[in-house]
Amino acid sequence: MPHVGEILEHKDICICAGSGGVGKTTTSAAIAAGMAASGLRVCVLTIDPAKRLADSLGLKELGNDARQVDPALFERHGIEMRGELWAMMLDAKATFDELVARQAPDEEARDRVLGNRIYQQISNALAGSQEYMAMEKLFELHTEGRFDLLVLDTPPTRNALDFLDAPRRLTQFIEGRSLSVFMRPTGLAAKVAGRGASVALSVFKRIVGFDLLADLAEFFNAFSGMVDGFQARAKRVNSLLADQHTCFLVVCGPQGEPIDEAVYFHRKLVEAKLPFGGVIVNKVHYPAERLRGDGADLEATLAEKLGDGDLAGRLAGNFADYQALAERDARNIEHLASELRTKGVIRVPYLDEDVHDIAGLAEVNRYLFANTEQREAIAAGRA
Amino acid sequence: MTTRFSCHIEKIARNHPVTELLDKRLVFVTGKGGVGKTTVAVALGLRAAAEGKRTIVCEVSAQENASRIFEHAEVGFHEVEMAENLWSISIDPDESMREYVLLQLKVRAARDMLFRSRIFNYLAAATPGLKELVTIGKIWELTQPDRKVKKGRKYDLVIVDAPATGHGIGFLQTPRTFAAIARVGPIHSQAQQLDRLITDQKHTGVAIVALPEEMPVNESAALEHDLRDEVGVAVDRVYMNGLYPERFSPQEAERLAELAEGENGAVRSAARAAVSEHNRARSQRAQLARLRRRVEAPVKTLPFLFEPELGVEAAEQLARRLG
Repeated sequence: MPHVGEILEHKDICICAGSGGVGKTTTSAAIAAGMAASGLRVCVLTIDPAKRLADSLGLKELGNDARQVDPALFERHGIEMRGELWAMMLDAKATFDELVARQAPDEEARDRVLGNRIYQQISNALAGSQEYMAMEKLFELHTEGRFDLLVLDTPPTRNALDFLDAPRRLTQFIEGRSLSVFMRPTGLAAKVAGRGASVALSVFKRIVGFDLLADLAEFFNAFSGMVDGFQARAKRVNSLLADQHTCFLVVCGPQGEPIDEAVYFHRKLVEAKLPFGGVIVNKVHYPAERLRGDGADLEATLAEKLGDGDLAGRLAGNFADYQALAERDARNIEHLASELRTKGVIRVPYLDEDVHDIAGLAEVNRYLFANTEQREAIAAGRA
Repeated sequence: MTTRFSCHIEKIARNHPVTELLDKRLVFVTGKGGVGKTTVAVALGLRAAAEGKRTIVCEVSAQENASRIFEHAEVGFHEVEMAENLWSISIDPDESMREYVLLQLKVRAARDMLFRSRIFNYLAAATPGLKELVTIGKIWELTQPDRKVKKGRKYDLVIVDAPATGHGIGFLQTPRTFAAIARVGPIHSQAQQLDRLITDQKHTGVAIVALPEEMPVNESAALEHDLRDEVGVAVDRVYMNGLYPERFSPQEAERLAELAEGENGAVRSAARAAVSEHNRARSQRAQLARLRRRVEAPVKTLPFLFEPELGVEAAEQLARRLG
């Protein structure tokens, strides 16, 4: 089974995808750090609003420009940083503004869009716009070619798939130019669109108010000159995602729900013909040696060794609880592997300390980058 | 089946005072992804139901996590009884929109014609925040004593399993934002009404669910801050979920670490598992202390449940432990 370093060999882009709360941000940072340590120039991008990546990399804050993580931080933990690690927190709004500025035919068109209230809402809040901007930034960085590898921590959407769909949804949305003609205040509406459309418009107007409708019309008019540019770019973004030098890693947890989501996500990747690289399961309860004999036997043995029946009882109880979780995890991972038709499930154990700094990332990387031999040692509880 | 769930908690509910959170009419349960929001929302629902309140748990964005806990078929946009006094609904924004427009137009045929119009659908999709707004509109509708929808049941309490942080703030902020972009018209005043509902501290409560880890604690503190400053909502409770028991004293842990060194097989594994748990429990206590320092709302703890899958029994256990 290949480890993360082998999966990412000859790749330019690694996209970590999965549902919220499974440790995607930490995994992305760990992968980027590991690849950088091995000699590459790596940049990890996140759009997580909670600044978790900055926290875990010891950066005070992250901006819309890449910042280099101090290599001394790694050396302090005994990691030789042969390459460079950079990090960036994506500002979706700023990226959208830059994109508009780039696509606008002139300054006036640009300002009309940037000043429109609907645009301001969309660039901040429209479902999919954050995701789309993550792709856009990825594309921009890839085109610039400053880095050997880009690692993208996908947005914490409840539905892990939203971002795959984002470019399409956004361009569909902007394509509204054909509708703008119906919405001009003086209105060709009745003449051109017929009764149905004008009724629809008037009802919509009654519900949301004329103001909002006028803003929408203005928005589509302002955007009309840029639609082709946006579409062409979205197309290039999509082909970058499908490129053989791009790799999607699915990140999940060992409980039933995240496992089901990972299976679903993998299926969607395959359907969309996007390059699936592997799956990483975080916080796995490792089965140490299986409980031999029944619980009472173990408890008796422990009581004898410890000379303390009460402690032995708690020890055995705790172990039985762990075994139950470990067995569940093993079952779920087996199910995942068979659904994905892969043996290549990379497991990161549930560590004693929770991961939020460089030392934690280094600990995670022992598992992400473990070769077969090391993995066996870990599984047998020797490492 | 349904009576068994509630009877179990009824006794506990009688012996412990009702939490003031459940005396509200509407409670939003929010927090970062993967912290157990749905389980806590369902536990709150079970507890309220056991106290005799007619309660409904709402999922948003067409999620079906609550019905999954009850091992029930997907409920969709229907109010389905899950246990005695406890209902569940999955609020789909498109369905909410259809219902809303029907209530506005009053004529089904007119509504259906409208929804067949490409322009209407396009505009509805293009208006930022409209989906969230109609979702909150549906939540408002569920809280009404005199419901306009056909066969609408009256509920004493509506519990919302709100979207994860990041999106969570935006969700509760929608009415305010919308009232600002739609400056006039019926939707402007309706959006203002929804904002009043959300910020009505007497009847509406907010609970944040956190986990005893560094980043969820940071995020919960940031969430409380943003809810207060940007939405104008004070948080009523923070539930620290998944707290490990402290089964071993530091001295015992030390002893067990030594035992692990000198042994093999199951004894060694058991000792190692104990040391791991001790370390985690300790680091969790440190996170709990941090959370208490960083948030203003009262912090209540919920135990980690050593269950392979969290189903209704787990939610029931938590329901008994809710503070």
